[in-house]
Amino acid sequence: MDAFFLQILNGLDKGSAYALIALGLTLIFGTLGVVNFAHGALFMLGAFCAVTLQRLLSLSFETIDETKTDFLGNPLKVKTPYVEGWFGPEIGGSIIDWAVPLSILIAIPFMIGVGYVMERGLIKHFYKRPHADQILVTFGLAIVLQEVIKYFFGANPIQTPPPDALLGVVNIGAPLGLELAYPIWRMVYFLFAVGIIGGVFSFLQFTTFGMVVRAGMADRETVGLLGIDIDRRFTFMFGLAAGVAGLAGVMYGPINPPNYHMGMDFLVLSFVVVVVGGMGSLPGAVLAGFMLGILESFASTTWATTTIPGINQIIIYLVAIIVLLTRPRGLMGRKGVMED
Amino acid sequence: MGILEVKGVNKRFGGLQALGDVNLSVEENIVHAIIGPNGAGKSTLLNCLVGKLIPDTGSVTFDGQSVLGRTPYEINQMGISRVFQTPEIFGDLTVFENMVIPAFAKRDGSFRMHAIESVAAEKDICMKAEQMLVEVNMQDKIQMHAASLSRGDKRRLEMAMCLLQEPRLLLLDEPTAGMARADTNNTIDLLKEIKEQRDITICIIEHDMHVVFSLADRITVLAQGTPLVEDSPENIRGNPKVREAYLGEAA
Amino acid sequence: MGLNKSDMTLLIVVAILALGAPFILNPFPVDSGMAQFNAGYPDLMQRFVIFGILAIGFNILFGLTGYLSFGHAAFLGVGSYAAVWMFKLLSYNVLPAIALSVVVAGLFSVLIGYVSLRRSGIYFSILTLAFAQMSFALAYSVLSNPKFNLTNGETGLQVYAGDPQIFHREGLPDVPHLFGIAMRDNFLELKMGGWEFTFNNGYYLCAIIMLVVFYLAIRLFRSPFGLMLRAVKSNQNRLNYTGLNPKPYTLAAFIISGMYAGLAGGLLASMDPLAGAERMQWTASGEIVLMTILGGAGTLIGPVLGAGFIKYFENIFSKINDNVLHQWFAFMPDGMEDFMVFIVHPFVGKGWHLTLGILFMLVVTFLPGGLVEGGQRIANLFRNRGKKKGDDDSYKPDPEHHPKETPHVAE
Repeated sequence: MDAFFLQILNGLDKGSAYALIALGLTLIFGTLGVVNFAHGALFMLGAFCAVTLQRLLSLSFETIDETKTDFLGNPLKVKTPYVEGWFGPEIGGSIIDWAVPLSILIAIPFMIGVGYVMERGLIKHFYKRPHADQILVTFGLAIVLQEVIKYFFGANPIQTPPPDALLGVVNIGAPLGLELAYPIWRMVYFLFAVGIIGGVFSFLQFTTFGMVVRAGMADRETVGLLGIDIDRRFTFMFGLAAGVAGLAGVMYGPINPPNYHMGMDFLVLSFVVVVVGGMGSLPGAVLAGFMLGILESFASTTWATTTIPGINQIIIYLVAIIVLLTRPRGLMGRKGVMED
Repeated sequence: MGILEVKGVNKRFGGLQALGDVNLSVEENIVHAIIGPNGAGKSTLLNCLVGKLIPDTGSVTFDGQSVLGRTPYEINQMGISRVFQTPEIFGDLTVFENMVIPAFAKRDGSFRMHAIESVAAEKDICMKAEQMLVEVNMQDKIQMHAASLSRGDKRRLEMAMCLLQEPRLLLLDEPTAGMARADTNNTIDLLKEIKEQRDITICIIEHDMHVVFSLADRITVLAQGTPLVEDSPENIRGNPKVREAYLGEAA
Repeated sequence: MGLNKSDMTLLIVVAILALGAPFILNPFPVDSGMAQFNAGYPDLMQRFVIFGILAIGFNILFGLTGYLSFGHAAFLGVGSYAAVWMFKLLSYNVLPAIALSVVVAGLFSVLIGYVSLRRSGIYFSILTLAFAQMSFALAYSVLSNPKFNLTNGETGLQVYAGDPQIFHREGLPDVPHLFGIAMRDNFLELKMGGWEFTFNNGYYLCAIIMLVVFYLAIRLFRSPFGLMLRAVKSNQNRLNYTGLNPKPYTLAAFIISGMYAGLAGGLLASMDPLAGAERMQWTASGEIVLMTILGGAGTLIGPVLGAGFIKYFENIFSKINDNVLHQWFAFMPDGMEDFMVFIVHPFVGKGWHLTLGILFMLVVTFLPGGLVEGGQRIANLFRNRGKKKGDDDSYKPDPEHHPKETPHVAE
């Protein structure tokens, strides 16, 4: 029983990442009708926001500590981060410690900016082009972004630790009398993801803007005919989707150290998630994201991998193929989306 | 017994009864028009005839055989060709290639793999296509891209593609919608010619009364998903019920 | 040969290029500074024609029907594995290996095609992508465990001394060969002045096979079947209402295209008897798409050009390092030189993929018809010069070499 719940929990963090990326993909797809193969790269960019901030905060100046000497008797050079120099070791130290959560503040404007530039500079010109062209150009962009990051940050994964306070493991099963040791950061990530998903949904549900966007997703032409400047809203939607993907990436760093190809790894799976959830269905994307994340977690148990070796590597694809064959529109897909 | 028999066809979309108990019989070798106000279910009915939609209940038979549950290409192979409201042609291909395709479909059925001999080597098919283009007076546009044709020519090409298959039933979905008067008249002339020269049944869905009364031998008026009346053009013109349902508001 | 005049000319030109490649691709003397731009090495030339075959096959699917497969590398990989298994079980003779790789890839594409073609448009692309990634995972880990080792996982499948090789005889070379002719040997090495030309057995086998499949592709393009495939791309709705079933046509195209990829995989393994899972990764599939698009999807010669172009520049770019760059820009003043090296550096050497990505975006955005369209535009520019303005009407797009945009991948 404990093991069962533990597998569900273990699936939640990956599921959260899938859900967030798939949510953005679906938003872009539903509103703009564009298949964005560069969405994984946006996730990766988010993660590297955290890496960058961490590096910036750790920029240090050197001072000579007269009180200490090295083994040759020379005075020791001590590196002090500028932040600690400015705010004192206490506050400065905790700023560095909280680098990852703090990156959110940078990532939001940065990612929205990236999304804006992408949409205005590139995607815009592809609305009327065939889907194949959209796929190809965004695929090219994904390669470019990935290679640029590789150029600046190297090919190896970069550790981005969570704040000390959020390190370690908590037994969240205690109230139920279960033994469920779960890393705190994963818990944070899950709650963060739920928060963002809730935010996006309530934004779409309760604001006029959101209403127009939903109407646009249902029937783009008609909304265009109403004289609503839908293009501008769509640009914003792209920024929003980029922001969501970016934030998903920022917070994912402590779970899996970011590397330049993490975007591609997640992208393929997120596409599968979108398709399983049903193209153009936001709840479908979220549901399928969590579902497949949890499924993957179950498939990774020793029991599963000894029964069918490597099942954890292919389970998502298998499920996707079965779903598409039995329910061609995905779990919650609507009729007519990308069909004719 | 007509060549096309529609019996007790019902079709619902959610809460909307698009077709309610439609009975229709189309006699062979006549022009049968189906008219009715917007939302009367004309297009739904047409889609039920060609396999795009499947009625909830009822039967549709063509020449004694049921068409229900068959795909559009199977129904076409039975001898029903369809002309669309906006011409559906192969825009990327040349006019000649557009004509060749139905010729192959007629001769070889819905699928045949001949990947070695060139199209040009199929002399009889090419001849047939060229002849048809001469017949519709398009021989000078034979190497043009179909997409670059004028709208009237596209319509002409689409009809020629359908006629090349020598269908027994030709379905026309508002063939003159959005056309200028002159083009409309050209289309009427073309259809009259077809009617006179061939053994063919034409079923036409139309909005334009001018077109209907210049062509039709028989008219069915559809209103709110049910046939209101079926009669000859003269009688339809004088029918008060029709006036009320349709012509009254149009006039 | 059943080709019209212009197709025949095209085939002859390609044949001359392919058979004369050892000369044509080595225009610079060995010890000159330009020798680095030579491409006449057996290894590179083999890749030119093998990836050419791959792109020709991909083009039959994508160029004609518009169905964008993002998983074609899977067939390449499957072909390679099949070939290496033949080496392990039978002998190093490449003939059964190549035959089996085509057959296995064909069967594999029946399976994938049947499922994927139930959907069209981007669904199809994503399905093929999912299948390819699954195949990659299968090859990389699932089908490589002590109980059942089909792919030898990360190490890659290769021939070991303990393998049965039941038809192996004394006197046959211990490398892939065709009835005793070792693939990696050169049958002629010419030294003329400063020039060197190498004529490699393996390359000529690949080149001849490439010419055969290129010829078949031309026939297919001109056949009724090819016409139907183009009709699928143009308007599936009309095709349906013309009494034709698009499904078997697209499936047949998919299978043929998969067999071409399998052939390419078998040839790769025949040149170098090793099959690895990385050949199946989706970036590899992306490269196939890129070759075809870059050359010109839907045209006959485009994919071959694209494959050659990419493989050539991959080779050249990867070789360029900072030293080479400094040599190039040595004529500039020092500061300028360093600056230029600094600018160019990210795009060469290991940065080849960055260049590739940028190239990809530029081509898709500005030149959807690829190099072939580019060539035509330039040709038209010259043709129209000297003529009066407004005389542009003389430009008539050749239906073959000018793929038009369609609203969807495959409607």
